Amino acid sequence: MAKLHVETSVNGEPTEFLCEPHTTLLDALRNDIGLTGTKEGCATGDCGACSVTLNGRLVCSCLVLAAEVSGQEVGTVEGVADAETLHPVQQKLLEHAGLQCGICTPGVVVAAKALLERDPNPSERDVRFWLAGNLCRCTGYDKIIRAVLDAATEMRA
Amino acid sequence: MQAGFEQPRTIEEATALLQKHGDAARPFAGGTDLLVQMRGGMRSPDILVDLKRIPELGQLEIGSDEIVIGAACSTASLRENAELVRLLPGLLEAAELIGSEQIQGRSSIGGNLCNASPAADSVPALVANSAVCSVAGPDGRRDVPAAEFSTGPGSTVLGSGELLVSLRVPRPAPDAGDAYLRFIPRSEMDIAVVGVGVALTLDADGTCTAARVALGAVGPTVIDATTAATALLGGPIDTAALERVSEAAREAARPIDDKRGTAAYRKHVAGVLTRRTVEIAARRAAEGN
Repeated sequence: MAKLHVETSVNGEPTEFLCEPHTTLLDALRNDIGLTGTKEGCATGDCGACSVTLNGRLVCSCLVLAAEVSGQEVGTVEGVADAETLHPVQQKLLEHAGLQCGICTPGVVVAAKALLERDPNPSERDVRFWLAGNLCRCTGYDKIIRAVLDAATEMRA
Repeated sequence: MQAGFEQPRTIEEATALLQKHGDAARPFAGGTDLLVQMRGGMRSPDILVDLKRIPELGQLEIGSDEIVIGAACSTASLRENAELVRLLPGLLEAAELIGSEQIQGRSSIGGNLCNASPAADSVPALVANSAVCSVAGPDGRRDVPAAEFSTGPGSTVLGSGELLVSLRVPRPAPDAGDAYLRFIPRSEMDIAVVGVGVALTLDADGTCTAARVALGAVGPTVIDATTAATALLGGPIDTAALERVSEAAREAARPIDDKRGTAAYRKHVAGVLTRRTVEIAARRAAEGN
């Protein structure tokens, strides 16, 4: 069977690629489009390492089919910083040392940014619940939570 | 057969595709169960029929008599509708418990029903609210009460070529209230040990005039606990009524022993959780009076 031709938008850029019918968006991003910032953790929707936005909504790209995103808008971690200027969430994760091995970090960045776009002033509890789908085996979460709260404060200023 | 991916634009196209390919095809909405099952080798459909380009599957309509929820509406999108949350807080608190924020962006109440897990969170709330499933097939439409949709773990009433189009929930009266509670040993991201959905109506004197109690994860399908509902009718929701409904729920539960809990433990929790859920639903109903 011929591969499917998909025309979509990734981080605002028109993008096209070919994929098999059951290829995941995660695999298409990494292998066909060459955006390897999005990571594969569990590949079953449990860990959040592959978090991206689809039409502005936070999703696991391992549970989205590449063929589905035809005509849709995909947002990945590569679209978060403004050229050389880090997004406040990225900057604060660095300042608070909210990462060690870094595999979960792209997913945390995408998820935290999505939260702050919906709620500029989340409570600590809100942040913890929102990021419950982003597993981190290094930090113990506390530094991540503090970084996101600090980023929220800076973005409101 | 080779792998395929279809995006029908109408229900007729979708049912024709499902009928043509039979067991080789599978309806696909958010994929939060199906893609995981495929990866685990539990299902291996050749053709995935994406339902999200069909307008009726994505509709949300709050009418004066009933609320129509498209089977493929993401639970995140449902939570953003303030009127829906106000009218059916119990159904929405059940839907909100399905997975992480990432899963919420894709998971649907329709998918939760069709996956037919005995522990599905939204199903007790649907049954308590007397939801009706609109099913489309090659021979047209039929209605199935949510309480009868699942026929066992992983199986439903859907026949060849059929798909779930929407859930229709009677619009609750101002003096009605619903609630859903789930027991899990942690605070997030887990599968129910027991889940309880309750919807009830209180008149101006506080007398319970209608009630429905549904128990999840304590039987092969969600249990429509009519004896528990009857225990609430005709009087106030007082200590005696709470004790009656708790006892009736314990009796109605038919759990098994598994890694999430023993049958005896689940029966006990079903009683405790039912009492608490009834109290929340009654408070909401009283606020509407």
